[in-house]
Amino acid sequence: MDFDLTEEQRLLQDSVARLLGDRYRFEQRNAYMATPEGWSREMWAAYAELGLLALPFAEAEGGHGGGAEETMIVAEQMGRALTLEPWLPTVVLGGGFLRHGAPAELRGALVPRIAAGEMLLAFAHTEAQSRYDLHDVATTARRDGAGWVLDGRKMVVLHGDSAHRLVVTARTAGGRRDRKGIGVFLVDAAAPGVSRRGFTAVDGHRAAEVTLERVRVGPEAVLGDPEDGLPLVDRVVDEAIAALAAEAVGAMEAVHQLTVEYLKTRRQFGRPIGSFQALQHRAAEMMVALEEARSMAMLGAMMAEEEDAAERRRQMHAVKLQIGRSAKFVGQQAIQLHGGIAMTMEYAAGHYFKRLTAIDTTFGDAEHHLNALAEQGGLTGAAAA
Amino acid sequence: MELRFTEEERAFRQEVRDFIDRNLPAATRERMESGRTPTKEMVVQWQRTLNAKGWAVPHWPVEWGGTGWSPIKRFILQEEIQQTPAPLPLAFNVSMCGPVIIAFGTEAQKKRFLPRMANLDDWWCQGFSEPGAGSDLASLKTRAVRQGDHYVVNGQKTWTTLAQYADWIFLLVRTDPNAAKPQEGISFLLVDMKSPGITVRPIITIDGAHEVNEVFFDDVKVPVENLVGTENRGWDCAKFLLSNERTGQARVGASKERIRRLKLIASQAPGGGRPIIEDPRFRERLTEVEVQLKALEITTLRVLATEQKNLGQRKPNPASSILKIRGTELQQAISELYVLAAGPYGLAGAHPDSDRRNEPELVPEWAALAQPVYFNWRKQSIYGGSNEIQKNIMAKAFLGL
Repeated sequence: MDFDLTEEQRLLQDSVARLLGDRYRFEQRNAYMATPEGWSREMWAAYAELGLLALPFAEAEGGHGGGAEETMIVAEQMGRALTLEPWLPTVVLGGGFLRHGAPAELRGALVPRIAAGEMLLAFAHTEAQSRYDLHDVATTARRDGAGWVLDGRKMVVLHGDSAHRLVVTARTAGGRRDRKGIGVFLVDAAAPGVSRRGFTAVDGHRAAEVTLERVRVGPEAVLGDPEDGLPLVDRVVDEAIAALAAEAVGAMEAVHQLTVEYLKTRRQFGRPIGSFQALQHRAAEMMVALEEARSMAMLGAMMAEEEDAAERRRQMHAVKLQIGRSAKFVGQQAIQLHGGIAMTMEYAAGHYFKRLTAIDTTFGDAEHHLNALAEQGGLTGAAAA
Repeated sequence: MELRFTEEERAFRQEVRDFIDRNLPAATRERMESGRTPTKEMVVQWQRTLNAKGWAVPHWPVEWGGTGWSPIKRFILQEEIQQTPAPLPLAFNVSMCGPVIIAFGTEAQKKRFLPRMANLDDWWCQGFSEPGAGSDLASLKTRAVRQGDHYVVNGQKTWTTLAQYADWIFLLVRTDPNAAKPQEGISFLLVDMKSPGITVRPIITIDGAHEVNEVFFDDVKVPVENLVGTENRGWDCAKFLLSNERTGQARVGASKERIRRLKLIASQAPGGGRPIIEDPRFRERLTEVEVQLKALEITTLRVLATEQKNLGQRKPNPASSILKIRGTELQQAISELYVLAAGPYGLAGAHPDSDRRNEPELVPEWAALAQPVYFNWRKQSIYGGSNEIQKNIMAKAFLGL
């Protein structure tokens, strides 16, 4: 067991931290968010230059061969800076589907373009009725000769408005909530029948509602087994949960620091408010919550590469539960300890709070994962005598 | 970064498990499985067995019986002992007083005390708290006055755990009542419990147990060579000791064992009723505790890994406060789940440290112990520096508030 970063990993961490420290200060972020697109193409090019867009892909395919730990390192820094670019949808989610579900030729064609920053991806999955159940898919895919025809509507597709390709889940067989019969399709966002309605989500990230009407795709659009794509979805979502956990840790760490600094400088009753024990204890409790989250984000990075799907899922329930609990506590207390200033749009604390809340409500909130884990008999499974 | 245990670490865990299975007396295991505290004889016998194997003081320097193991390997040993469950080596000896003597003591003190501590030839107890000095430990009043080659000690200590078993006590005393700050006039003394003038009086806690005591000192003569470190610098020893104590209080292995057992208990149906594990509320609370325990386990390993890197420094590690706070909160939460699981059976409570019980067949033993253990474990967030004091430490040391 070893918690240290390798020399290379430290370099990666430093270079991302330096880039974001220089070009992603809070005022700069606000300017990016205020553009029509809602994020920065220049930063995207800078990520490409640093290799962040090629990070998880195999070196032979034009990637950097990074694993879940490298993803954790980058995501944590992005959490600190509250970045707005479509890194998670393109590299972690879209990239995950390509790595685990696409044939080598397809990866060979797409990975260099992703790495160069020319291609954006999004995961079109959640539907009006599905909440967080990954197997609840009403969108249909009907066979049509060698290809398929897709019909359905997807909501809150993260960065779905700018994506060039959409990874779409659709039912090829069975009933709406059957675990079998889900296919995963790579769909050109410009294909006839695809319409998108972009919007800015609560945390400032872009998202879209995507409607598919008689969208025709060829046989090459299928990722994995068209009749049994759920294990692929589970796997990629688990990797995304690990990345979100790390991003949340970065955001919690940054907003905790911001809060502690504020406690030292804000004066009331003739002294810094950080001299009051009630507030000191709350700041210490925030730190406990942060460190618990950090431990579980590390577990997430470790388990993201676990081949035993049931065990991986079980551990990810635990990871996301702890992240949700910690994020809520740290976010709420950051606002409370600041007082009124943190209620304003012009101050960073509230933006951290909103991003942390969004992370909790992406791919299952704490209650969802608690429920799922409890139903499976908990983290250590059935009792062993 | 590598968060998985290595092949070697896994093999070592198996070796420990096999050793415990072969050597732990069945009576000790059964008594601890039921939730009762082991007898003095059980603790002594088991520590001597571990010591003969070379495993009683793995964290000490090799010349004093240590193993030179990594903190992770030591964690595995400790976790396996707790998970069995079996008694851990007596903390007062091996985690508290021993390391202080190693860090601050003379060669003569090391030779005289350390081997007997490791083998539990001497049972040590801790003389820190006083009726007027709890969280504000530095306000302690027990006086030691130098007279020739002796100190003469007068005063009272309290909450002295298992003083009724003890051969020796390590003591914080005031040697300079006129020091500028209260912390500056304190010394660390080693005192033979057989010294004339010492009286031990039991305190019975709300669970009915005799675990803690008051200890009175009436003109007790202590040889000057039993001073550890420098006179009036005993606070350094105390801070060092308390920080070491906190790391042990996470008790991750013990909590794992309690949860494993609780899952078994909760899936049974006492009196033919519905097992409480089928109650979704209970299941969710249990699951939540399990996840928190996982987070604590990884955090503990992180703190240990940091300590490994800072080895040899006598600096207290404030991260240990996180472990103390969460470790004790979790143990308390688990004790509440036992009370829930026992339901009305819990009313037929027993004394955790004695063989006295109500009608033996009235309720299962675990159920009879549920409420007394719950009562007893309220102490955990109070002792070793209350959890509020831990937050003060964190605010000061980590956050600079």
